[in-house]
Amino acid sequence: MTYIHLYLIFFVIGLFGFGGGYAILPLIFQYVQEFGYMSAGEFSNLVALSQITPGPVAVNAATYVGFNTAGIPGAIAATLGITTPSFVLVLVVIRFMEAYQHSRGLNSVLEGIRPATAGLILSAAILIAQTAIVDVSLISEAFWKNPAANFNLLPFLIFLGTILLIGKFRMNPILITIVMGTIGAFLCG
Amino acid sequence: MKEYLGLFAAFFKIGLFTIGGGMAMLPLIQHTVVDRKKWMTEGEMTDCIAVSQALPGVIAINAATYIGKKRKGLGGAFSASLGVVMPSFIIIILAVALLEVLGPNRYVEGAFTAVKASSAGLILYAGIRLSRQVIRRKLDGFLALGSLIAVTFLNLTAFWPILAAGIIGFAAGRIKK
Repeated sequence: MTYIHLYLIFFVIGLFGFGGGYAILPLIFQYVQEFGYMSAGEFSNLVALSQITPGPVAVNAATYVGFNTAGIPGAIAATLGITTPSFVLVLVVIRFMEAYQHSRGLNSVLEGIRPATAGLILSAAILIAQTAIVDVSLISEAFWKNPAANFNLLPFLIFLGTILLIGKFRMNPILITIVMGTIGAFLCG
Repeated sequence: MKEYLGLFAAFFKIGLFTIGGGMAMLPLIQHTVVDRKKWMTEGEMTDCIAVSQALPGVIAINAATYIGKKRKGLGGAFSASLGVVMPSFIIIILAVALLEVLGPNRYVEGAFTAVKASSAGLILYAGIRLSRQVIRRKLDGFLALGSLIAVTFLNLTAFWPILAAGIIGFAAGRIKK
């Protein structure tokens, strides 16, 4: 019974969660609290862990809640639940796009959405850079009162170095991640 | 069979080596799918990114399903999605067990900060690369900037700028005609 419940809860979360992992986390919190699967303290552990472990944040969170609640079968149920809506919706949308690929209306809609997604990606870059480099929000008063005190030089250099390595030298992103992580383990801790 | 395994392996690697969720994966997906494996053109990848962000759910799974399906049908979609989920699944279960033993750790935190800063750089690069592809008209620049501001500074979820951009795009197409 618990397994079916976990599957259904995460199915609903996957179906209504727009904007990917970080946007989905609050939705997960709402549900797991409502059904008493987790306390606020445990949830903050979950958030921390889903962010420092590799993989999609929402999948990490689903696995964590499922495992905590009902062991490995629970983890499987929750992960399948959050995966199903994505999987089915994408297949439906591809079929729809292929059927209407010559439709002028659909192409106009896509022409509007494409630049918006570029904006979304740049926004993700800013938000993540902000947490690693300046601690506080870039538009907060706390930052502008004393910009130097909240500025972390080494992460900033790593940020610039990464752009150089990928943009100019076309280095493999996996390799960049491993190199920068190793540097950080000894210098940023 | 070989192609299914190839999709599984490629997405397993993508899932294993990106920290910070779907957005952090896009640069690596681009690198693997467009530059190295040549499974898709840059233009096809752009549509994949647009669909992955416009739909609800896990961005990484949306992208894996999209690429897998285009490449090898339903079986391909399944292999790629399974590949991108597997590392998360295994690592979370191991980590829950390990963290109880280890507790918070200076080296782990340092590595985490550095990987975040680095992944911000990778995402920025992916964003610039995509912008070059898709920003052609004045309107495109306006839509990109608008969605950037909406999400970064107004704290809106991605759904709203995408909805607005779709409607504006549709209206602009009508006017042109």
